[in-house]
Amino acid sequence: MSQNASHKNNSKLKDASIPTIPFGARVSRWFGRNLIRIYALFAFTYLFIPVAYTFAFSFNDSGKSNLVWKGFTLNNWKNPCGAPEVCSALGNSIKIGFLATFFATVLGTMIAFAIGRHKFKGRSSANLLIFLPMATPEIVLGASLLSLFLVFKINPGFWPTVIAHVVFCISFVVVTVKARIASLDPRLEQAAMDLYANEFETFRRVTLPLVAPGIAGAALLAFSLSFDDFIITNFNSGTLTTFPKFVYVSAARGIPAQANVIGSAMFFLAVTLVIVGQIVGRKRKVS
Amino acid sequence: MGKIRTPYLLLLPGFAFLFTFFILPIINLAQTSTQTRIENGDTGQYEQTLRFSNYIDAFVENKEQFGRSFIYATIATLLALAIAYPLAYAIAFKAGKYKNILLVLVVAPFFTSFLLRTVAWKQILGEEGFVVPGLRSLGIISESTTLTSTAFAVVAGMTYNFLPFMTLPLYASIDRIDPRTLEASGDLYANGFTTFRKVTLPLSAPGVVAGTLLTFIPAAGDYVNAAILGSPTTKMIGNVIESRYFKIVDYPTAAALSFTLMAAILILVTIYIRKAGTEELV
Repeated sequence: MSQNASHKNNSKLKDASIPTIPFGARVSRWFGRNLIRIYALFAFTYLFIPVAYTFAFSFNDSGKSNLVWKGFTLNNWKNPCGAPEVCSALGNSIKIGFLATFFATVLGTMIAFAIGRHKFKGRSSANLLIFLPMATPEIVLGASLLSLFLVFKINPGFWPTVIAHVVFCISFVVVTVKARIASLDPRLEQAAMDLYANEFETFRRVTLPLVAPGIAGAALLAFSLSFDDFIITNFNSGTLTTFPKFVYVSAARGIPAQANVIGSAMFFLAVTLVIVGQIVGRKRKVS
Repeated sequence: MGKIRTPYLLLLPGFAFLFTFFILPIINLAQTSTQTRIENGDTGQYEQTLRFSNYIDAFVENKEQFGRSFIYATIATLLALAIAYPLAYAIAFKAGKYKNILLVLVVAPFFTSFLLRTVAWKQILGEEGFVVPGLRSLGIISESTTLTSTAFAVVAGMTYNFLPFMTLPLYASIDRIDPRTLEASGDLYANGFTTFRKVTLPLSAPGVVAGTLLTFIPAAGDYVNAAILGSPTTKMIGNVIESRYFKIVDYPTAAALSFTLMAAILILVTIYIRKAGTEELV
C-alpha cells in the first residue's frame, strides 16, 4: 500500500515537471544556462575586432595612408614589401626574436631546472630575482639598460636590443618551464632509475621529453613577446627599425597597407603553427 | 658532492646575465637619478652631485601624470578582470573539447602586432570609423563628442591590450579546480552565487593575483596607448619618462621618475600580495 502511494507520488512529480513551460520562461532559462557562453562570445568578439579590421584594411587600395576604405585590391598581398622599409623592419624583428628566444630559452630552462628540481641555499632569493624583472615596468627596464650602455659607450642597435629582449624574456621562460616541471610525476623518473638508467640517461630519455612541451611553449611565448615588443626596443635599438617601431613611427602619417598584410600573415601563420602543433601533440599522445 | 653544486652551476649563466643586464643597470639608474647638469657642458652631460631633491622636483612637477597612471592602470585592471574571469571560467568548464582551440584564440591577437591593433582601435573609434557616426545617429552621443583622444580611449586600449595577460593565469588556476568541489558545494545547498564566493573564487585566487599583477604593472608604465589613443591631457608617467629621455635628454629626471615609478609599483605589489595572502605567486 505504502509502496503504491510512493509510486503515485513519483508519477505525480514527473507529471508536474514535464508539462509545457511557457515560452518566455524557456528562453530565460536557456539564457541563464548559456549566459557565460554568450558572455565569452562577446569577449572574443572584442578581442578580434581590431584583428579583423587590420585584416580587412590589408586589402585596401589606399596608396600611402591607410585611413579610409578606397576599394578592394590584392596588390598589397602580392607585393608585401612594396612599402619602403617594411620588410627590412620585419627581418630585423624576426632575427632579434630568434636570437632572444634562443638565449632566453637556454638560460631560463637551466634556471627552471635548478629551482624546480633542487633544494639549495638561496632558493627563495633566486625566485625573487626571477620575479623582479616581471615586476619592473618595461619603460624602467628599457631606460636603465640604455643608461648602462651609454656609460660603457656602447651604441644602441642590434645586439643591445637582443640583450634587452633576453632580460625580459628569461623570467617568462623560467615561470613556464618551472610550472611544467612541477606537474611531472616524480615516479616516472624513479621508474627509470629502477630500470637501471643512470642520472644522465633518465634526464635525457624521461625528464627532458616530458618537459619539452613546456620548453616549446616557453620559446613560443618568448618569441611573441620579443617580436611584439616596442617600449624596451625603442630605448635600445637606436636607428635600427623593428616592425613594431615601424608601425609606431608611421602611425603619425598613416600606416601603409603592407604593414596590415604582414600583421595578418603573422596572425594566420602563428595560429596555424599552434593548431598543427596541438594536433601533432595529440597524435603522439594517442600512439 | 656534485649534487650540491648542480643547482648553482645551472643558475650561474642565467644569473650572471641578469646581474649584468638587469641589476647593474638598476644600480646605474639610481646613480644617474642624483646627477646634475655640468655647468657650461653640452646637452646630455651630467655629473654626480648626490642631489636627492631631483626626486622631489621630478615628483612635484609630474604628480598629475603619476596619479593618472595609477588611476588608469587600476581601472584597466579591474575592467580586464571583469571581462577575463567569466571568459576563463567558460573556457575551463564549458568549452569541452574546444578548450585548447579557445585558449589559442585568446593568445592569437598577440601575433598581429599590438601596435597595429591599437592603431586599428584609433581608426575604429575615430571620426572615419563606424562607431562614432553610429552612436551619433542613434543619439547616444552628441555631435561634438569624440571617442579618441579621451581618457576613455586610453583606458579601453589598455584593457584591450593586457586582456590576454589577465586571462591566461586566471584560466590556469580555474582549470585546476576539481568540478566535484563545485558539485559538493551545490549538494550542501549553496546556491550558485554562494558556491562562486566560497569555493570558486578562493580556489582561483592565485590566478586573480597573478593576472592583476601582470596587467597592472605593464599598464602603469605604459605610454603607447596614451600616445596613440590619448591627448596631452591624458599623458601618463611613461610618456613623461620617454620624452625626458629622447626629446629633452634630461637623464637625471627621467631616472628619478623611473625609480619612483618602480618603487611605487613594488610597494603596492608587496602590500597587495600580503593582503591577498598567496605565497605561491608565479
